[in-house]
Amino acid sequence: METLDALLQGFAVALTPVNILWALAGCTLGTAVGVLPGLGPALTIALLLPITFKVDATAAFILFAGIYYGAMYGGSTTSILLNTPGESATIVTALEGNKMARRGRAAAALSTAAIGSFVAGTIATIGLTFLAPVVVEFALKFGPAEYFSLMVLAFVTVSAVLGSSALRGLTCLFFGIWLGLIGIDLQTGQPRFTFGLVELLDGINVIIVAVGLFAVGETLYLAARHRFGKDEVIPMTGSLWMTAEDWARSWKAWLRGTFIGFPIGAMPAGGAEVPTFLSYYIEKKLSKKPEEFGHGAIEGVAGPEAANNASAAGVLVPMLTLGLPTSATAAIMLSAFQSYGINPGPLLLQNQPQLVWGLIASLYIGNVMLIVLNLPLVGLWVKILRIPAPLLYGGILVFATIGTYGISQSWIDLLLLYAIGAIGYLMRRYDFPAAPVIIGMILGPLAEQEFRRAMTISQGDPTVFLTKPLSATLLALALAALAGPHLYRALKR
Amino acid sequence: MTPRARAPGPSRNRGPAFVGAGIVLFGLVVLQQTTQIPVSPLYSKVGPTIFPYMVAAALVALGIALIVQAWLGQWGETDADSDAAPVDGQSLGWLALGLVLNVALIDFLGFVIASTILFVCTARAFGSRQWLRDTSIALALALLAYLGFAKLLGISIGAGILEGIL
Repeated sequence: METLDALLQGFAVALTPVNILWALAGCTLGTAVGVLPGLGPALTIALLLPITFKVDATAAFILFAGIYYGAMYGGSTTSILLNTPGESATIVTALEGNKMARRGRAAAALSTAAIGSFVAGTIATIGLTFLAPVVVEFALKFGPAEYFSLMVLAFVTVSAVLGSSALRGLTCLFFGIWLGLIGIDLQTGQPRFTFGLVELLDGINVIIVAVGLFAVGETLYLAARHRFGKDEVIPMTGSLWMTAEDWARSWKAWLRGTFIGFPIGAMPAGGAEVPTFLSYYIEKKLSKKPEEFGHGAIEGVAGPEAANNASAAGVLVPMLTLGLPTSATAAIMLSAFQSYGINPGPLLLQNQPQLVWGLIASLYIGNVMLIVLNLPLVGLWVKILRIPAPLLYGGILVFATIGTYGISQSWIDLLLLYAIGAIGYLMRRYDFPAAPVIIGMILGPLAEQEFRRAMTISQGDPTVFLTKPLSATLLALALAALAGPHLYRALKR
Repeated sequence: MTPRARAPGPSRNRGPAFVGAGIVLFGLVVLQQTTQIPVSPLYSKVGPTIFPYMVAAALVALGIALIVQAWLGQWGETDADSDAAPVDGQSLGWLALGLVLNVALIDFLGFVIASTILFVCTARAFGSRQWLRDTSIALALALLAYLGFAKLLGISIGAGILEGIL
């Protein structure tokens, strides 16, 4: 009951006219950036971080949450109609969804994706509502050693397990941690890696890194490879009303996708790729018409789309209760918390109930807004897809400039942005993932803080991480996640 | 996750190995810079250098592992893919020109004009030759963005020629 009371309080916050407008703005913007190839929620929220100086925290997070959820809905439209996944998590949707569109069933594919996203988003938000207080109870028992070990586990899973190569993922993670170390060490006041530049004393702003990697790096890559303007937008055909058969084949897939996506998203590992692929695989196994897979099976859109949205809600569980971001977007939201001087963690629910429950309530409202925005109004978003590439990328770079130059009006920041953009280009070319850089940059300094706290308490004895049972278990899990796939492959031979 | 077409063996292209070498070099720079951080004896055990040393060691080790991987031709399926298509130097050149001009001019000419130039160069990099259309859209977008950020959000994007008039 306590939770329901708190949730009602949250609705009181989220349903004020101003906050409804923020949610609507977030959902609209989120859908737009989800639809546009090359833009994503991480980049958009990074560009909007400066509003944290102007707007109060609740409103800002309602906006960010709308963008976060909206991008998930919008991404599926692009995957279905353009076959260019806007988000890595919608790769699977493109597999079947684009085939459906080619067979003249674009509208049905969009419908099952949007309704599935709504069902999954709502159930998963209910899951978040009731799971968050439970995790908080558990997390209150964590000391610095446990926190550090938990972060190590998250580091390993986001960089080594989820990507295509553990080595490249870990390299990016450590590069990110290094970026996070730049500036004055808060405990001793010593400058680190500033190369004598005053501009670097405060550290590198995460906006510069996110915008550099996601906007500048991506634009450079696409320009260099000439991979633009070649995909055709498939016209919307068929009726948005799904047939009885579509419903019958979709609803179980939605539910299964939800129950795969939410728990995996809520784990400290996070990520939407694993649950979407898992859901696709399961739907293919369970389908009565497995021969349709690869030619536009509706379950192959319904399940993964639901899993994608459910895991997006799941990611918010460790973010809000432990302060542990497991996606690039969550990491940037964490830095927004930091710019308000708020530390996400077990105490967040106690200290900022208005903010947390208002945010959660706005997720329910946002889901309703998004299904309206994405089904009846889908034709509007299809128009956005027709923006010619030269104008789209010109616009992206202009906004990248505003986001960076607006922080400090310093051309040095712009230079830094382009340098990181060049690194992002090389990373893209040689298949290095960008998310571990952002997560390492945000989480690295926090991990260092917990590490030094734990070491100070133990008076410099590093075995503290192994003698505490919970900490040792978490480290063992991290080791298993790192070595497991190799052992499995070695044993299979 | 497609099966590798190429048999494992010494890789024919050197790109990935260079990347690995670059990461080793970068790790060494991090190491050298870490030794420059002054440590007060008070914090000798859990001081500000422990994490930097770990990062430096990890980067050097990962860089070496990546070189080995590249040498064995196990970089992955994107390897052949990314080196098959030639890089479009002309597109990249236009884009680089836009970025350089933006950095060089933004302090003198202001955000609106510098961004317009950046937009037009980017559009050219992506194959557009409609200078007039691009310039007018760029100018409108830059003005709109400037006004949106400056007036609505109160974020200053610097002064400039056009900005002074508004």
